[in-house]
Amino acid sequence: MSWMLPPSASTFAGDIDFLYYLILVITGVAFVVVEVGLIWFIIKYRSRPGRKAYYTHGSVRAEFIWTAIPAVTVVAIGILSAPVWTHVKGRFSAPADALIYRVTAKQFEWNFTHPGLDGTLDTDDDFTIRNRLHVPVNRPVLVRLVSEDVIHSFFVPAFRVKQDVVPGLNTQVWFEATRTGEFELGCAELCGLGHYRMRAMVTVHDADDYERWLASRATTTALR
Amino acid sequence: MATTAIPHEPVARTEHQELPFIRKYIFATDHKIIGIQFLIMSLLFLFVGGLLAMMIRWQLGFPETPMPGGTVLPETMAPGGILLPEFYNSLVTMHGTLMVFFAIMPLLVGVFGNYLIPLKIGAPDMAFPRLNMWSFWIAVPAGILMLAGFFVEGGHAAAGWTAYAPLSAKGEFSGVFAGQQLWLLSLAVLGLSSILGATNYITTIVNLRAPGMTWFRLPLSIWSLFITAILVLLAIPILSGAAIMLFFDQTIGTHFFDPTAGGQPLLWQHLFWYFGHPEVYILILPAMGMVSDIIANGSRKPLFGYHSMIYALIAIAFLGWIVWGHHMFQSGMNPTLGMGFMVTTMLIAVPSAIKVFNWMGTMWRGNIRFHVPMLHAVSFVAMFVIGGLSGIFMASTPVDIYIHDTYFIVAHIHYVLFGGSLFALFGAITFWYPKMFGRMMNVFWGRVHWFLTFVFFNLTFFPMHNLGVGGHMRRLYDPSEYEFLQPLAGTNRFITVSALLLFTVQIIFALNFVISLFKGKRAPENPWDDNGLEWTVPSPPPHGNFVTTPTVYRPPYEFSSPLVEEDHLPQDRDLGQKTDPASAPGTG
Repeated sequence: MSWMLPPSASTFAGDIDFLYYLILVITGVAFVVVEVGLIWFIIKYRSRPGRKAYYTHGSVRAEFIWTAIPAVTVVAIGILSAPVWTHVKGRFSAPADALIYRVTAKQFEWNFTHPGLDGTLDTDDDFTIRNRLHVPVNRPVLVRLVSEDVIHSFFVPAFRVKQDVVPGLNTQVWFEATRTGEFELGCAELCGLGHYRMRAMVTVHDADDYERWLASRATTTALR
Repeated sequence: MATTAIPHEPVARTEHQELPFIRKYIFATDHKIIGIQFLIMSLLFLFVGGLLAMMIRWQLGFPETPMPGGTVLPETMAPGGILLPEFYNSLVTMHGTLMVFFAIMPLLVGVFGNYLIPLKIGAPDMAFPRLNMWSFWIAVPAGILMLAGFFVEGGHAAAGWTAYAPLSAKGEFSGVFAGQQLWLLSLAVLGLSSILGATNYITTIVNLRAPGMTWFRLPLSIWSLFITAILVLLAIPILSGAAIMLFFDQTIGTHFFDPTAGGQPLLWQHLFWYFGHPEVYILILPAMGMVSDIIANGSRKPLFGYHSMIYALIAIAFLGWIVWGHHMFQSGMNPTLGMGFMVTTMLIAVPSAIKVFNWMGTMWRGNIRFHVPMLHAVSFVAMFVIGGLSGIFMASTPVDIYIHDTYFIVAHIHYVLFGGSLFALFGAITFWYPKMFGRMMNVFWGRVHWFLTFVFFNLTFFPMHNLGVGGHMRRLYDPSEYEFLQPLAGTNRFITVSALLLFTVQIIFALNFVISLFKGKRAPENPWDDNGLEWTVPSPPPHGNFVTTPTVYRPPYEFSSPLVEEDHLPQDRDLGQKTDPASAPGTG
């Protein structure tokens, strides 16, 4: 049982993780203060014979302090969160040079349309693979999300990326992988009885490896 | 106007006309009986909802292992005792639905709204007693419709308690037809019951307060129920409307939420959460109010900052209308809108913090009596803090990208609804049980139940935060499908064992509740030395409550007042010429 986030693998994961740990520390302090305070009061002010409680209706000053501190804290968290949110999910946040993919989700599979050798989507060399996504490392990737039936959610924990895939709505999400390897992708929105096995793998290649993989892929497609 | 009703003094009561059994206990118009009817119904639903949770936990802790006793379920649910994924989805859906709509909400609003409002404001009954009877007898068919869904072909609704369209809108997507339709009908019918109840509560509190019971002499429980009733009146019609639209999508081919014919799936989410977030506060505000009553009583001190506690309730209720988008940060809603909803959501932490610190302020320099209701009320504060703090994680939109739809959310909602509302309810039931039934619940078993519930509650729900931090998605039939979730299997088993124990120890509460009805110590008029008007009448109070209308002289929390020898000063005690500074409270 850990409060540590699993290892990350995308450019903005660091920013999200920083906010998470910051909130973890702030709420951790608040948690300890309140719970210790409660326990201390429970012990110190427990009923004893002959005592009478201190008769008071409150204190405006104390209340002002404990209104102001949380207010300032949450506003600060909001101010720190805003730029990260805009960077990750803002409407025009995807880098202009991003490699564009399309994901078509349906019960219960992910179909990934890769842009092919020319790096452009919706050209003749595009190809589609079921439940596997191949992307190059250190290159922004923009994924256009399409659903054929119900709402699914595109979730790659290692990239700290999650975006619902809504039928009839063109959503998209971008990320830039920072290390090579295999990463799991899951559906995070209940989508029916096979929801739990709507799983895919993301393979992050280094630049050369990605080219080689694309080339080999092109030959197999040509042969078919 | 009546003169003072002095407590403890035996008063000769006029004989009430004896009603036939069916009018007295079945089709009752007495608010107290209706409250008790709601209590019995919602405790039964609480049990059923808990049972469903146990099945969910079994599947998560021990997938592919036959569930003990699971063979009694039909082949369509659990062949050989192993749950099917479609049944699992129904379980998840119905656990949430029953707990929210048929257990916690009626327990808070139906039971205590009915029972406490007339008694605490000094009224003989609700403003509309027959409307009140209807509000219960409309809730019953709603419950029957909801339970019927388990027995129809295709199984019960399986699109989650949030029923996201289009999964919920078209049977071919979920394999569920009649189940989802019954679900929608039931909620529409239940909505009518809630609306009738809310109308009655608002009218009663506005019009039937006893002489001297000014707005700022109302106990927090009544304030919170008043604000809750306003939320119910405004929020429930939105759900009813949305449910009827979805019902039409299912049955007569309208396409409100079907994108293939111009509908919009996000419209359902906006409607659902525009109702759903006020609903969240409907599920916690009355708990906060009753906890305020119990903590002041247990601490033997006036509630710290009585006025700001009321303003904080109003602020929460108001902000509750403009935060619904935080359920939809990752839904495809315009991300710029997400920023606005983040700000409002963060702000709601402020009145919540005021409440927590004021409860602590009430205990500060108190003379704390740890009766069983107080144990639960203090637990409420301790647990609500955790639920509030975990909310800050998901309010931060970037962090929400990662933890949205994970077990972190499940942990959060259970810390608020179980750690919060249900602990408050255990406290409230124990606190007002003597008034309801004329007998005390057993103290020893009450303490045992509180202690074991507190321990197993935390062992069950605290590790769910860690699951969420590990990326564990919600509503996942079999987490072992994912490699990255394999290391969390041990945590899942631990949670399951704790949850089974948590459920088991509730037997203590059930037995204590039932046995005390017959064997409990006879309750005096005022067993907790409280100040409220309900404690000036016999336990249980007669039909009509008060022989003479009480007059109220002061706010509800005058504990340890210097004016009197004893440490409580009932609201209706006339001190004559003695100055009563508390009748015009200066601070807070």
